[in-house]
Amino acid sequence: MKHHVTTTVNGDEVEFLCETEQTLLDCLRDELELTGTKEGCGSGDCGACSVLLDGRLVCSCLVLGVETNGKKIETIEGMATGDKLHPLQRKFLEHAALQCGICTPGVLVAAKSLLEKNPNPTETEVRYWLAGNLCRCTGYDKIIRAVMDAAAEMRGA
Amino acid sequence: MRYESPDTLEAAAKLLASESGEARILAGGTDLLVQIRAEVLSPALVVDIKKVAETRAIKEEAGGFRIGAAVTGAELKEHSALKKVWPGLVEAANLIGSTQVQGRASLGGNLCNGSPAADSVPAMIAAGAIASIVGPNGRRDLKVEDIMLAPRKLALQKGEIIASFLLPKRAPHSGDAYLRFIPRTEMDIAVVGCGVSLTLDGSGTCTAARVGLGAVAARPLLVEDAAKALVGTKVDDAALEKMAAAARAACKPIDDKRGTIEFRTDVAGVLAKRTALIALERARKA
Repeated sequence: MKHHVTTTVNGDEVEFLCETEQTLLDCLRDELELTGTKEGCGSGDCGACSVLLDGRLVCSCLVLGVETNGKKIETIEGMATGDKLHPLQRKFLEHAALQCGICTPGVLVAAKSLLEKNPNPTETEVRYWLAGNLCRCTGYDKIIRAVMDAAAEMRGA
Repeated sequence: MRYESPDTLEAAAKLLASESGEARILAGGTDLLVQIRAEVLSPALVVDIKKVAETRAIKEEAGGFRIGAAVTGAELKEHSALKKVWPGLVEAANLIGSTQVQGRASLGGNLCNGSPAADSVPAMIAAGAIASIVGPNGRRDLKVEDIMLAPRKLALQKGEIIASFLLPKRAPHSGDAYLRFIPRTEMDIAVVGCGVSLTLDGSGTCTAARVGLGAVAARPLLVEDAAKALVGTKVDDAALEKMAAAARAACKPIDDKRGTIEFRTDVAGVLAKRTALIALERARKA
Protein backbone atom coordinates (compact mmCIF):
# COMPACT_ATOMS: atom_id res chain seq x y z
CA MET A 1 0.00 0.00 0.00
CA LYS A 2 1.34 3.42 -0.94
CA HIS A 3 1.10 6.28 1.53
CA HIS A 4 -0.15 9.69 0.49
CA VAL A 5 2.12 12.26 2.12
CA THR A 6 1.64 16.04 2.23
CA THR A 7 4.59 18.12 3.39
CA THR A 8 6.13 21.54 2.96
CA VAL A 9 9.46 21.51 1.13
CA ASN A 10 11.39 24.78 1.04
CA GLY A 11 8.18 26.67 1.71
CA ASP A 12 6.08 24.95 -0.99
CA GLU A 13 3.34 22.49 -0.14
CA VAL A 14 3.98 19.22 -1.98
CA GLU A 15 2.32 15.83 -2.13
CA PHE A 16 3.79 12.49 -3.00
CA LEU A 17 3.06 8.79 -2.82
CA CYS A 18 5.58 6.46 -1.21
CA GLU A 19 6.08 2.93 0.03
CA THR A 20 6.77 2.43 3.75
CA GLU A 21 10.34 1.39 2.94
CA GLN A 22 11.19 4.64 1.14
CA THR A 23 13.27 7.02 3.20
CA LEU A 24 12.84 10.77 3.09
CA LEU A 25 16.00 10.81 0.97
CA ASP A 26 14.41 8.41 -1.55
CA CYS A 27 11.25 10.51 -1.61
CA LEU A 28 13.11 13.78 -2.17
CA ARG A 29 15.23 12.37 -4.97
CA ASP A 30 12.92 9.87 -6.67
CA GLU A 31 9.41 11.22 -6.04
CA LEU A 32 10.02 14.97 -5.88
CA GLU A 33 13.06 15.04 -8.18
CA LEU A 34 14.98 17.19 -5.74
CA THR A 35 18.37 15.63 -6.41
CA GLY A 36 20.45 18.27 -4.62
CA THR A 37 20.34 16.09 -1.49
CA LYS A 38 22.93 13.35 -2.00
CA GLU A 39 23.11 9.76 -0.89
CA GLY A 40 26.48 8.83 0.59
CA CYS A 41 26.41 5.89 2.98
CA GLY A 42 22.67 5.47 3.48
CA SER A 43 23.27 4.58 7.12
CA GLY A 44 23.54 7.92 8.91
CA ASP A 45 27.32 8.02 9.07
CA CYS A 46 28.31 10.52 6.38
CA GLY A 47 25.82 13.41 6.52
CA ALA A 48 25.61 13.87 2.71
CA CYS A 49 21.81 13.63 2.90
CA SER A 50 21.42 16.25 5.66
CA VAL A 51 18.16 18.22 5.61
CA LEU A 52 16.12 20.12 8.17
CA LEU A 53 12.97 18.42 9.42
CA ASP A 54 10.77 20.86 11.35
CA GLY A 55 13.90 22.96 11.80
CA ARG A 56 15.99 20.08 13.15
CA LEU A 57 19.11 18.87 11.33
CA VAL A 58 18.72 15.16 10.43
CA CYS A 59 20.01 12.59 7.97
CA SER A 60 17.19 12.13 5.46
CA CYS A 61 18.30 8.51 4.96
CA LEU A 62 17.30 7.83 8.59
CA VAL A 63 13.75 9.20 8.26
CA LEU A 64 10.90 7.36 6.56
CA GLY A 65 9.09 9.40 3.93
CA VAL A 66 5.76 8.51 5.54
CA GLU A 67 6.92 10.05 8.83
CA THR A 68 7.13 13.50 7.22
CA ASN A 69 3.39 13.92 6.64
CA GLY A 70 2.44 17.42 7.84
CA LYS A 71 6.04 18.38 8.52
CA LYS A 72 8.32 21.07 7.18
CA ILE A 73 11.41 20.08 5.21
CA GLU A 74 14.27 22.32 4.10
CA THR A 75 16.84 21.14 1.57
CA ILE A 76 19.81 22.58 -0.28
CA GLU A 77 17.46 23.66 -3.09
CA GLY A 78 15.98 26.26 -0.71
CA MET A 79 19.30 27.83 0.23
CA ALA A 80 19.96 30.34 -2.55
CA THR A 81 17.45 33.10 -3.27
CA GLY A 82 16.92 32.83 -7.01
CA ASP A 83 20.35 33.46 -8.54
CA LYS A 84 21.69 34.96 -5.34
CA LEU A 85 23.82 32.49 -3.44
CA HIS A 86 23.62 32.20 0.34
CA PRO A 87 26.79 33.65 1.99
CA LEU A 88 27.84 30.11 2.93
CA GLN A 89 27.60 28.99 -0.70
CA ARG A 90 29.61 32.02 -1.86
CA LYS A 91 32.28 31.48 0.78
CA PHE A 92 32.57 27.80 -0.17
CA LEU A 93 33.42 28.90 -3.73
CA GLU A 94 35.81 31.62 -2.56
CA HIS A 95 37.67 29.25 -0.24
CA ALA A 96 37.53 26.32 -2.69
CA ALA A 97 35.92 24.33 0.13
CA LEU A 98 34.87 21.52 -2.20
CA GLN A 99 36.29 19.25 -4.84
CA CYS A 100 33.97 16.45 -5.95
CA GLY A 101 30.96 18.18 -4.37
CA ILE A 102 29.04 15.14 -3.12
CA CYS A 103 29.30 16.13 0.54
CA THR A 104 28.75 19.84 -0.15
CA PRO A 105 24.92 20.09 -0.02
CA GLY A 106 24.90 18.28 3.31
CA VAL A 107 27.73 20.36 4.73
CA LEU A 108 26.00 23.58 3.65
CA VAL A 109 22.64 22.58 5.14
CA ALA A 110 24.37 21.54 8.39
CA ALA A 111 26.48 24.70 8.56
CA LYS A 112 23.44 26.93 7.93
CA SER A 113 21.61 25.19 10.76
CA LEU A 114 24.58 25.82 13.10
CA LEU A 115 24.77 29.52 12.22
CA GLU A 116 21.04 29.94 12.84
CA LYS A 117 21.50 28.59 16.36
CA ASN A 118 24.91 30.08 17.00
CA PRO A 119 25.94 33.01 14.78
CA ASN A 120 29.37 33.26 16.39
CA PRO A 121 30.73 29.72 16.78
CA THR A 122 34.31 28.92 17.70
CA GLU A 123 36.32 26.78 15.31
CA THR A 124 35.97 23.90 17.77
CA GLU A 125 32.19 24.28 17.79
CA VAL A 126 32.11 24.25 13.98
CA ARG A 127 34.28 21.13 13.87
CA TYR A 128 32.13 19.25 16.38
CA TRP A 129 28.86 20.34 14.74
CA LEU A 130 30.11 19.12 11.36
CA ALA A 131 31.70 15.91 12.69
CA GLY A 132 28.89 13.94 11.07
CA ASN A 133 29.56 15.40 7.61
CA LEU A 134 32.32 13.39 6.01
CA CYS A 135 34.42 14.86 3.19
CA ARG A 136 37.03 12.70 1.49
CA CYS A 137 38.49 15.51 -0.69
CA THR A 138 39.26 18.67 1.21
CA GLY A 139 40.74 17.52 4.49
CA TYR A 140 38.08 19.77 6.12
CA ASP A 141 40.33 22.77 6.68
CA LYS A 142 38.89 24.81 3.81
CA ILE A 143 35.35 23.89 4.83
CA ILE A 144 35.95 25.15 8.36
CA ARG A 145 37.55 28.38 7.09
CA ALA A 146 34.65 28.97 4.71
CA VAL A 147 32.09 28.49 7.49
CA MET A 148 33.99 30.78 9.88
CA ASP A 149 34.30 33.44 7.16
CA ALA A 150 30.62 33.19 6.22
CA ALA A 151 29.65 33.45 9.88
CA ALA A 152 31.75 36.61 10.25
CA GLU A 153 30.20 38.14 7.11
CA MET A 154 26.67 37.26 8.25
CA ARG A 155 27.34 38.92 11.62
CA GLY A 156 28.45 42.00 9.72
CA ALA A 157 31.91 41.70 11.25
CA MET B 1 6.28 -3.56 5.65
CA ARG B 2 3.25 -1.87 7.24
CA TYR B 3 3.54 1.49 8.96
CA GLU B 4 1.23 2.59 11.76
CA SER B 5 1.37 5.75 13.86
CA PRO B 6 -1.31 5.50 16.55
CA ASP B 7 -1.83 8.36 18.99
CA THR B 8 -2.25 6.28 22.13
CA LEU B 9 0.06 3.77 23.80
CA GLU B 10 -2.83 1.34 24.24
CA ALA B 11 -3.44 1.29 20.47
CA ALA B 12 0.31 0.93 19.81
CA ALA B 13 0.58 -1.98 22.28
CA LYS B 14 -2.43 -3.68 20.68
CA LEU B 15 -0.92 -3.37 17.19
CA LEU B 16 2.41 -4.79 18.36
CA ALA B 17 0.81 -7.61 20.37
CA SER B 18 -1.50 -8.74 17.57
CA GLU B 19 1.13 -8.79 14.81
CA SER B 20 2.02 -12.39 13.96
CA GLY B 21 5.19 -11.43 12.07
CA GLU B 22 8.11 -9.38 13.33
CA ALA B 23 7.05 -6.00 14.71
CA ARG B 24 9.29 -3.07 15.67
CA ILE B 25 8.80 0.22 17.45
CA LEU B 26 9.99 3.33 15.60
CA ALA B 27 11.18 6.28 17.69
CA GLY B 28 14.13 8.17 16.15
CA GLY B 29 14.91 5.35 13.74
CA THR B 30 18.68 5.90 13.82
CA ASP B 31 19.31 2.23 14.62
CA LEU B 32 16.10 0.66 13.24
CA LEU B 33 16.30 2.09 9.72
CA VAL B 34 19.97 1.12 9.43
CA GLN B 35 19.14 -2.46 10.47
CA ILE B 36 16.23 -2.65 8.02
CA ARG B 37 18.37 -1.37 5.19
CA ALA B 38 21.16 -3.85 6.04
CA GLU B 39 18.49 -6.59 6.15
CA VAL B 40 19.43 -7.46 9.72
CA LEU B 41 15.74 -6.89 10.43
CA SER B 42 12.77 -7.28 8.07
CA PRO B 43 9.77 -6.32 10.20
CA ALA B 44 6.27 -6.88 8.87
CA LEU B 45 5.06 -3.97 10.99
CA VAL B 46 6.66 -0.74 12.18
CA VAL B 47 4.79 1.21 14.85
CA ASP B 48 5.82 4.86 15.08
CA ILE B 49 5.19 5.99 18.69
CA LYS B 50 6.02 9.67 18.19
CA LYS B 51 2.36 10.73 17.88
CA VAL B 52 1.84 9.66 21.50
CA ALA B 53 2.28 12.86 23.51
CA GLU B 54 3.92 11.15 26.52
CA THR B 55 6.79 9.82 24.37
CA ARG B 56 7.71 13.30 23.13
CA ALA B 57 7.48 15.42 26.31
CA ILE B 58 9.83 16.45 29.13
CA LYS B 59 7.81 17.24 32.27
CA GLU B 60 8.60 17.97 35.89
CA GLU B 61 6.98 15.33 38.06
CA ALA B 62 7.17 14.70 41.81
CA GLY B 63 10.18 17.02 42.02
CA GLY B 64 11.97 15.03 39.31
CA PHE B 65 11.67 14.82 35.55
CA ARG B 66 9.68 12.54 33.28
CA ILE B 67 11.33 12.21 29.88
CA GLY B 68 9.43 10.74 26.94
CA ALA B 69 11.08 7.69 25.42
CA ALA B 70 11.23 9.34 21.97
CA VAL B 71 12.57 12.74 23.12
CA THR B 72 15.75 13.42 21.14
CA GLY B 73 19.23 14.14 22.46
CA ALA B 74 19.06 17.60 20.88
CA GLU B 75 15.84 18.33 22.79
CA LEU B 76 17.40 17.17 26.08
CA LYS B 77 20.32 19.53 25.48
CA GLU B 78 17.98 22.47 24.90
CA HIS B 79 16.05 21.86 28.15
CA SER B 80 17.95 24.10 30.54
CA ALA B 81 16.22 22.94 33.76
CA LEU B 82 16.96 19.29 32.99
CA LYS B 83 20.53 20.02 31.93
CA LYS B 84 21.13 21.88 35.18
CA VAL B 85 20.04 18.94 37.35
CA TRP B 86 21.26 16.02 35.18
CA PRO B 87 24.17 17.34 33.08
CA GLY B 88 25.81 13.89 32.90
CA LEU B 89 22.76 12.21 31.42
CA VAL B 90 22.26 15.00 28.87
CA GLU B 91 25.93 14.82 27.88
CA ALA B 92 25.74 11.05 27.50
CA ALA B 93 22.74 11.30 25.15
CA ASN B 94 24.63 13.88 23.12
CA LEU B 95 27.63 11.62 22.60
CA ILE B 96 25.47 9.31 20.47
CA GLY B 97 26.43 9.75 16.80
CA SER B 98 26.55 13.08 15.01
CA THR B 99 24.55 16.31 15.31
CA GLN B 100 22.21 14.80 12.72
CA VAL B 101 21.76 11.59 14.73
CA GLN B 102 21.21 13.60 17.93
CA GLY B 103 18.33 15.34 16.14
CA ARG B 104 16.48 12.00 16.06
CA ALA B 105 18.03 9.50 18.49
CA SER B 106 16.19 8.97 21.78
CA LEU B 107 16.80 7.49 25.24
CA GLY B 108 14.15 4.82 24.62
CA GLY B 109 15.74 3.80 21.34
CA ASN B 110 19.26 3.82 22.73
CA LEU B 111 18.16 1.42 25.47
CA CYS B 112 15.86 -0.81 23.37
CA ASN B 113 18.36 -1.19 20.53
CA GLY B 114 19.99 -3.55 23.02
CA SER B 115 23.65 -2.66 22.64
CA PRO B 116 25.84 -3.05 25.76
CA ALA B 117 27.80 0.02 24.55
CA ALA B 118 24.81 2.42 24.42
CA ASP B 119 26.09 5.72 25.84
CA SER B 120 22.96 6.96 27.57
CA VAL B 121 22.29 3.72 29.46
CA PRO B 122 25.06 3.82 32.14
CA ALA B 123 24.12 7.47 32.73
CA MET B 124 20.44 6.52 33.14
CA ILE B 125 21.42 3.67 35.47
CA ALA B 126 23.54 6.08 37.54
CA ALA B 127 20.60 8.49 37.65
CA GLY B 128 18.31 5.77 38.99
CA ALA B 129 15.97 6.21 36.02
CA ILE B 130 12.79 4.14 36.05
CA ALA B 131 11.10 3.18 32.78
CA SER B 132 7.33 3.36 32.55
CA ILE B 133 6.21 0.53 30.30
CA VAL B 134 2.82 0.12 28.65
CA GLY B 135 1.71 -3.22 27.27
CA PRO B 136 -1.42 -5.19 26.47
CA ASN B 137 -1.91 -5.82 30.21
CA GLY B 138 -1.50 -2.23 31.36
CA ARG B 139 1.35 -0.18 32.75
CA ARG B 140 4.32 -1.23 34.91
CA ASP B 141 7.60 0.29 36.08
CA LEU B 142 11.04 -1.26 35.65
CA LYS B 143 14.45 0.06 36.69
CA VAL B 144 16.62 0.82 33.66
CA GLU B 145 19.35 -1.59 34.85
CA ASP B 146 16.82 -4.43 34.71
CA ILE B 147 15.70 -3.86 31.11
CA MET B 148 18.56 -5.06 28.95
CA LEU B 149 19.42 -8.73 29.60
CA ALA B 150 21.95 -9.50 26.86
CA PRO B 151 22.85 -8.05 23.46
CA ARG B 152 19.55 -7.41 21.58
CA LYS B 153 17.62 -9.08 24.41
CA LEU B 154 15.26 -7.08 26.63
CA ALA B 155 13.04 -7.84 29.61
CA LEU B 156 10.02 -6.54 27.67
CA GLN B 157 7.12 -8.80 26.71
CA LYS B 158 5.50 -8.87 23.29
CA GLY B 159 3.53 -5.66 22.79
CA GLU B 160 5.28 -3.74 25.58
CA ILE B 161 6.55 -0.22 24.90
CA ILE B 162 8.72 2.03 27.04
CA ALA B 163 6.67 5.23 27.16
CA SER B 164 8.89 7.40 29.36
CA PHE B 165 11.58 7.49 32.01
CA LEU B 166 11.26 9.03 35.47
CA LEU B 167 14.37 10.67 36.89
CA PRO B 168 13.83 10.90 40.64
CA LYS B 169 13.87 14.08 42.70
CA ARG B 170 17.41 15.27 43.35
CA ALA B 171 18.72 15.88 46.89
CA PRO B 172 20.77 19.07 47.42
CA HIS B 173 24.51 18.75 46.69
CA SER B 174 24.06 16.10 44.00
CA GLY B 175 25.92 15.75 40.71
CA ASP B 176 26.22 13.33 37.83
CA ALA B 177 28.66 12.72 34.98
CA TYR B 178 29.27 10.34 32.10
CA LEU B 179 32.54 9.62 30.31
CA ARG B 180 33.39 7.10 27.63
CA PHE B 181 36.62 5.98 26.07
CA ILE B 182 36.85 6.01 22.28
CA PRO B 183 40.07 6.00 20.24
CA ARG B 184 39.08 9.22 18.43
CA THR B 185 37.37 12.46 19.44
CA GLU B 186 33.87 12.08 17.98
CA MET B 187 31.49 9.72 16.14
CA ASP B 188 32.50 6.40 17.66
CA ILE B 189 31.14 3.60 19.84
CA ALA B 190 32.20 3.35 23.48
CA VAL B 191 35.02 0.94 24.32
CA VAL B 192 34.04 1.60 27.93
CA GLY B 193 31.38 3.99 29.25
CA CYS B 194 30.85 5.06 32.86
CA GLY B 195 28.09 7.04 34.56
CA VAL B 196 28.32 8.23 38.15
CA SER B 197 25.77 10.06 40.28
CA LEU B 198 26.47 11.07 43.86
CA THR B 199 25.11 13.15 46.72
CA LEU B 200 27.06 14.94 49.46
CA ASP B 201 25.95 16.17 52.87
CA GLY B 202 26.73 19.64 54.21
CA SER B 203 30.21 18.56 55.29
CA GLY B 204 31.11 17.09 51.89
CA THR B 205 30.71 13.44 52.86
CA CYS B 206 29.17 11.24 50.20
CA THR B 207 25.77 9.99 51.39
CA ALA B 208 24.56 8.23 48.24
CA ALA B 209 26.11 7.08 44.97
CA ARG B 210 25.28 5.04 41.89
CA VAL B 211 27.74 3.80 39.30
CA GLY B 212 26.81 2.46 35.85
CA LEU B 213 29.23 0.79 33.43
CA GLY B 214 28.75 0.14 29.72
CA ALA B 215 30.54 -1.97 27.09
CA VAL B 216 32.30 -4.15 29.68
CA ALA B 217 29.76 -6.98 29.88
CA ALA B 218 26.88 -8.48 27.93
CA ARG B 219 24.61 -5.82 29.42
CA PRO B 220 25.09 -2.38 30.99
CA LEU B 221 25.84 -2.81 34.69
CA LEU B 222 24.85 -1.19 37.94
CA VAL B 223 28.00 -1.60 40.05
CA GLU B 224 26.84 -1.48 43.65
CA ASP B 225 30.27 -2.25 45.15
CA ALA B 226 31.77 0.74 43.35
CA ALA B 227 29.05 2.99 44.78
CA LYS B 228 29.56 1.56 48.29
CA ALA B 229 33.26 2.45 48.08
CA LEU B 230 32.27 6.13 47.86
CA VAL B 231 29.45 6.31 50.43
CA GLY B 232 30.62 7.56 53.82
CA THR B 233 33.85 9.02 52.40
CA LYS B 234 34.94 12.47 51.26
CA VAL B 235 35.54 10.89 47.82
CA ASP B 236 39.26 11.12 48.49
CA ASP B 237 42.02 9.21 46.68
CA ALA B 238 41.67 6.10 48.83
CA ALA B 239 37.91 5.92 48.19
CA LEU B 240 38.43 6.49 44.47
CA GLU B 241 41.01 3.68 44.30
CA LYS B 242 38.63 1.34 46.09
CA MET B 243 35.86 2.37 43.71
CA ALA B 244 38.09 1.78 40.66
CA ALA B 245 38.97 -1.70 41.93
CA ALA B 246 35.27 -2.52 42.37
CA ALA B 247 34.51 -1.23 38.86
CA ARG B 248 37.26 -3.43 37.41
CA ALA B 249 36.03 -6.44 39.39
CA ALA B 250 32.58 -6.07 37.85
CA CYS B 251 33.87 -6.22 34.26
CA LYS B 252 33.26 -9.28 32.10
CA PRO B 253 34.15 -7.78 28.72
CA ILE B 254 34.75 -9.31 25.32
CA ASP B 255 37.93 -9.06 23.25
CA ASP B 256 37.25 -7.29 19.99
CA LYS B 257 38.71 -4.76 17.56
CA ARG B 258 37.75 -1.90 19.88
CA GLY B 259 39.63 -3.21 22.89
CA THR B 260 40.98 -6.27 24.63
CA ILE B 261 39.60 -7.71 27.87
CA GLU B 262 42.63 -6.42 29.76
CA PHE B 263 42.38 -2.92 28.27
CA ARG B 264 38.64 -2.59 28.83
CA THR B 265 38.96 -3.76 32.44
CA ASP B 266 41.76 -1.33 33.19
CA VAL B 267 40.02 1.61 31.49
CA ALA B 268 36.81 0.91 33.43
CA GLY B 269 38.68 1.74 36.64
CA VAL B 270 40.35 4.83 35.20
CA LEU B 271 37.09 6.16 33.78
CA ALA B 272 35.16 5.43 36.98
CA LYS B 273 37.59 7.62 38.94
CA ARG B 274 37.54 10.46 36.39
CA THR B 275 33.76 10.36 36.12
CA ALA B 276 33.34 10.38 39.90
CA LEU B 277 35.58 13.45 40.17
CA ILE B 278 33.42 15.37 37.69
CA ALA B 279 30.24 14.29 39.52
CA LEU B 280 31.90 15.35 42.80
CA GLU B 281 32.76 18.80 41.45
CA ARG B 282 29.18 19.24 40.26
CA ALA B 283 27.74 18.04 43.58
CA ARG B 284 29.87 20.56 45.46
CA LYS B 285 28.52 23.38 43.33
CA ALA B 286 24.90 22.19 43.33
